[in-house]
Amino acid sequence: MFSTNGNNTPRIGFYVCHCGHNIASLVDVEEVRKYVATLPGVVVSRDYKYMCSDPGQELIQQDIKENKLNRIVVASCSPLLHEHTFRVATEKAGLNPYFFHMVNIRENVSWVLDNREIATEKSKDLARAAIRRVFFHKPLEKKTVPINPAVLIVGGGIAGIQAALTIANAGKKVYLVERDATIGGHMAMFDKTFPTLDCAACILTPKMSAVKSHPNITLWTYSEVEKIDGFVGDYHVKVKRKPRYVIEDLCVGCMDCIEACIYKEAKYPDEFNQGLSKRKPIYIPFPQATPMVVLFDPETCIDFKSHRCKKTCIEACDRDAIDLKQVATYENINVGTVILSTGFQTYDAKLSPQYGYGKFPNVYTSLEVERLVNASGPTGGEVITRDGKRPKSVGIIHCVGSRDEKSHKWCSRVCCMYSLKLAHLIKEHTGAEVYNFYIDMRTPGKGYEEFYDKLMNEGVHFVRGRVAEVTDWAIIPEEEQKLTIRVEDTLIGVVRRIPVDMVVLAVGMEPKDDASEIRRLFNISCSNEGFFLERHPKLAPVNTFTDGIFIAGACQGPRDIPDTVAQAGAAAAECLSLISAGSIELEPNTASIIEKYCSGCKSCIPLCPYTAISFKEDIKKAYINEALCKGCGTCVAACPSGSILQNLFEDDQIFSEIDGLLKFAGIEPEKKEVLHA
Amino acid sequence: MHNIEKKWEPKIIAFFCNWCTYTAADLAGVSRLKYAPNVRVIRIMCSGRVDPQFIMQALASGADGVLIGGCHPGDCHYSEGNYKMLRRFRLLQRVFKSMGIDEKRCRLEWISASEGDKVKTVINDMVEQIQKLGPLALPERMADLDKEIEEIEKEISKEEVVEHA
Repeated sequence: MFSTNGNNTPRIGFYVCHCGHNIASLVDVEEVRKYVATLPGVVVSRDYKYMCSDPGQELIQQDIKENKLNRIVVASCSPLLHEHTFRVATEKAGLNPYFFHMVNIRENVSWVLDNREIATEKSKDLARAAIRRVFFHKPLEKKTVPINPAVLIVGGGIAGIQAALTIANAGKKVYLVERDATIGGHMAMFDKTFPTLDCAACILTPKMSAVKSHPNITLWTYSEVEKIDGFVGDYHVKVKRKPRYVIEDLCVGCMDCIEACIYKEAKYPDEFNQGLSKRKPIYIPFPQATPMVVLFDPETCIDFKSHRCKKTCIEACDRDAIDLKQVATYENINVGTVILSTGFQTYDAKLSPQYGYGKFPNVYTSLEVERLVNASGPTGGEVITRDGKRPKSVGIIHCVGSRDEKSHKWCSRVCCMYSLKLAHLIKEHTGAEVYNFYIDMRTPGKGYEEFYDKLMNEGVHFVRGRVAEVTDWAIIPEEEQKLTIRVEDTLIGVVRRIPVDMVVLAVGMEPKDDASEIRRLFNISCSNEGFFLERHPKLAPVNTFTDGIFIAGACQGPRDIPDTVAQAGAAAAECLSLISAGSIELEPNTASIIEKYCSGCKSCIPLCPYTAISFKEDIKKAYINEALCKGCGTCVAACPSGSILQNLFEDDQIFSEIDGLLKFAGIEPEKKEVLHA
Repeated sequence: MHNIEKKWEPKIIAFFCNWCTYTAADLAGVSRLKYAPNVRVIRIMCSGRVDPQFIMQALASGADGVLIGGCHPGDCHYSEGNYKMLRRFRLLQRVFKSMGIDEKRCRLEWISASEGDKVKTVINDMVEQIQKLGPLALPERMADLDKEIEEIEKEISKEEVVEHA
């Protein structure tokens, strides 16, 4: 009755998992087990509390040996979660792992339905389809590809730096590509880090120098990944090195050219200081920039606009490092794995106009205040407002662009803590009265709650309530010349007006504007918010759905420095584990041509995005290079003569699944002897 | 005419691509979103793998509708498999029209890995639509046709017998 493709008669073992209560609470697993036992080919049918556990796997292995099973079907969670687990178990018992098939009755059944009878019926249908399908399963050879030991890291913030150093210290080659002129990312802008209040520069800059001087790290700043193709183990990357109009190898960072610029005064907003200070058209982002190389801003340099500058900068450089005719260059590299650590951007406070950012000069974003309190910042660490005064009272507004239906729904996780830190620093620098306006204080982390306690004892004021508005409209004399924060204090149930000299907006973290383009470039997914999507939130938090591409840091979601560093270490470990293994097993789901049926129509050839299909002129047949095939199956579906076969997704297998779901829904079950448990 | 049970529920076969829509369906599960139970999912690597024969076979075997889920345009894990599916889908819709099968019975949706809620809305919406359309009942109709043909053949052979007599 059934074709077994030359294999001996199928002896199927079926196992339905309770998954604790996850499945068993809605699906009558015993009923499913009993039903499947009646299906043709089934020799063993069992249910067990946790199939993925060691005893569960042993159950399968024992049955394979004792009952000579040659097909295994497990009905449990999603194959994306445990298919590999069960394949390994199957293989350990001496059976080819591709004789295993998985039925998803958790994510597809018990978690999305609410009726026991219906859920049980659906589980039976899915199980029946799988039983029909495994008749057509074939033993397959595993496909392995070697891993190129070089790693590409995109983004040189603390995540990229940490990952680069970890991998380089393990003796492997790293290419670190950073878009800006210096590495360091957001962390380089901070003065102190919470909750320990250690100086950010003191812990970051040694790492930055280590990256620059490490023999295993090639650092390309002011560069972007232009193109990437290939697959895990063998990615081909094209990196664009944008012109900085200074030859990096010659510049020693003496800054004589900056001194010599015909602009005697700096007059353009300094990006690193959030526009709170000025720079010249030729500049260094900040004193500890790595690499310590100047760069030109062609937008503001006179020579780029009029070509009539005296070029005093070139005269000043005794190393002839300035090259105003520099053009972008391209580097082509081959790597085996990639870590994306492209970071975040802060919420644009102008999008919440009720807080007056951009309208009232004394409303600041938290990032601006980070620079203000920084000893190497625009004011040398003095907290002075834009109108030149030392504030006597400061209001910090939490959750700007976080936990808000109108902007972003998510909690940015770091704002409560950095607001506490800024409150402490502002109080320390100015002695001002500091008010924190919060919705909830969120301080989960080692030493975080203690830090909050400390701040309360320092006399910082906490007002619970979302601020309604910041206004300069004074209604009592005390509010003249001040910014008034109007808020409902939800702890005492009154609307308060609190006049302050300075307002700090604790802006949240959001995905970078171009996160979506980066994601497409690297062929990974984004979650709804736009952050990069991890393969599994708990079990594979730094993996993506594309093998060999890992994510670390705030590009995956809002997180603080300790979590970012931990994640960077995890991503580095994932790369090293692949490198150390030397090769990776790929799904053997590639396609191949059945030559005797191929009519040589060539319709498949243009369909393949990997140019894996060629035409053998001598025999007038198509040929698939399985090393290039990624196993999408598009050619298989298009072949008019059915002469292409995709391993694991053969026509017969899918047709039998369809039939199993539908045609055999009402057939009389067979009465036979089957092992139950 | 047909022997349709009193409480008829649509049967829908879905082909979900491994990378986007199947993952989204997992996400719907993890998020405990409740949706209509009528859909049975078959996992494939790419929506480009969906052979029109799969769809035909599903309908011929008693499905009332077929749903195909793939990655959004530009997001395909294999670059462009979803476009290939789209092309086939458009052709197939015309075939369905000529066969008198309502186009709504076959649906192609782009659902990314993060759109668990879209899995829910699409499935619920499709089930509702097909409930309105009623059963397709191709196997029963085919059986009826077969019976008719058999009877006609009988008639013809009778007449032939009479003529010869």
